Amino acid sequence: MYRWDFNVLWQYWDLFMYGLWLTVVYTFGSILFGVLIGAVTCAARLSGWKVLSLLARAYQEIFRCSPLLVQLLWFYYAFPLLVGVTIDNRVAAMLTLSLYVGAFYAEIFRGGILSIDKGQREAAAAIGMNPWQSMRRIVMPQAFKRMLPAFINQSVIQFKNTSLVSVISVADLAYMAAVVNGQTYRPLESYTVMAALYIAVLFPLTQVADWIERRMRASD
Amino acid sequence: MSIAETSARSPAVLEAHAIRKSFGALEVLKGVDLALGRGEVVGLIGPSGSGKSTLIRCLNMLEMPTGGEVVFRGKRIGRKFRDADGATGIGTLRRHVGMVFQHFNLFPHKTVIQNVIEGPVIVCGTPKGEAEAHAMELLSQVGLAEKRDAFPSHLSGGQKQRVAIARALAMKPEVLLLDEVTSALDPELVGEVLSVIRRLADEGMTMAIVTHEMAFAADVADRILFLDGGRIVVEGTPDQTIRNPANERLAAFVSRFNH
Repeated sequence: MYRWDFNVLWQYWDLFMYGLWLTVVYTFGSILFGVLIGAVTCAARLSGWKVLSLLARAYQEIFRCSPLLVQLLWFYYAFPLLVGVTIDNRVAAMLTLSLYVGAFYAEIFRGGILSIDKGQREAAAAIGMNPWQSMRRIVMPQAFKRMLPAFINQSVIQFKNTSLVSVISVADLAYMAAVVNGQTYRPLESYTVMAALYIAVLFPLTQVADWIERRMRASD
Repeated sequence: MSIAETSARSPAVLEAHAIRKSFGALEVLKGVDLALGRGEVVGLIGPSGSGKSTLIRCLNMLEMPTGGEVVFRGKRIGRKFRDADGATGIGTLRRHVGMVFQHFNLFPHKTVIQNVIEGPVIVCGTPKGEAEAHAMELLSQVGLAEKRDAFPSHLSGGQKQRVAIARALAMKPEVLLLDEVTSALDPELVGEVLSVIRRLADEGMTMAIVTHEMAFAADVADRILFLDGGRIVVEGTPDQTIRNPANERLAAFVSRFNH
């Protein structure tokens, strides 16, 4: 019978905390950049400019149709050879995470905007609004509400996806758990603490997401 | 009063010259001329697919005509939102030509009064207090003053359409375009909307009305245009058209609405 012993992990508590901190930083950093990338991509796709829209679409498909793990490896090991500059693993991690989630956000934004009845835009136009006023005052506030649940959902997934940056030696929570395991030879305890920390952060977040989704549905 | 007298007395405020509109290979309007005199009410009738809704939507450029010209206050409407190259901009046109839609298209995230003041405040830069005072006047006129803080989802169809009319009137339009405004309403709610339009007509509002309500069109309009197959087939007073149709197709069309 295995004897659990979490006491040996206590001295590594700061490693776990530092790892968790980095996980949070990469998650929220990539969400922030991802929103910017997603907004630009969405605008490009809806611009009506064929070339621009096609480029945006190509970017989205590349990042949506390849695994994040593969993208991380490619950006860290292959991309530097292509451009002849070494890239810091933390930069590669943030870049890849942001581009990955941005591709999904763009689709969520686009879906939200396109779901708004075209009569709304026509009514805005009929009272003399220009396309920008119509987008900002009429379409976006309604689209925002519709895209929120999907946006939160994708962001929760992003938190979990961040664990993959450990393969390019970014010292996130998953990486630190491996380090602690190497020091203590206690995989059961090390990885259980890691899993518990992920759940401790994500469980409240998913509850908030569900609550927001219920409220959105109620007010429709 | 004959048509000639009407147009001689009131110069046209909004005109369409040889308007054509195609959707892909399908030509919906095949060269339509129309002039709305100031204070005139024109009823547009015709079978579905005849092009009457497309025509009225071309008058405020919600549909871009593929041929011909729209002229407002004697000036050509350009293709740009702003006034440019001697042509009036589409934005300017729409500030002065209001539209009411079949499906209301109220802004669901705004209250009744926010819907009504949106245009004056955002488009015209009217101070909010002033816009609200005017909005309350208009809401009283359509009998909905007490609904000022309600959201559209809590209104009946007839109430929604009356708010939509108030929203269009808030821009102080010179012309009002009404596109089948009672077609989406339950029969018992049609009357309350028609009576609002009736009153506007009595007050001298210039209107183009696309409608299937033959009795109402005959009652409120100075002039009726019967469209079929993308062309104006018959034009005349309600007496010459709806009440005593000489044209065979018009007679067949009108007889389907035994009023």
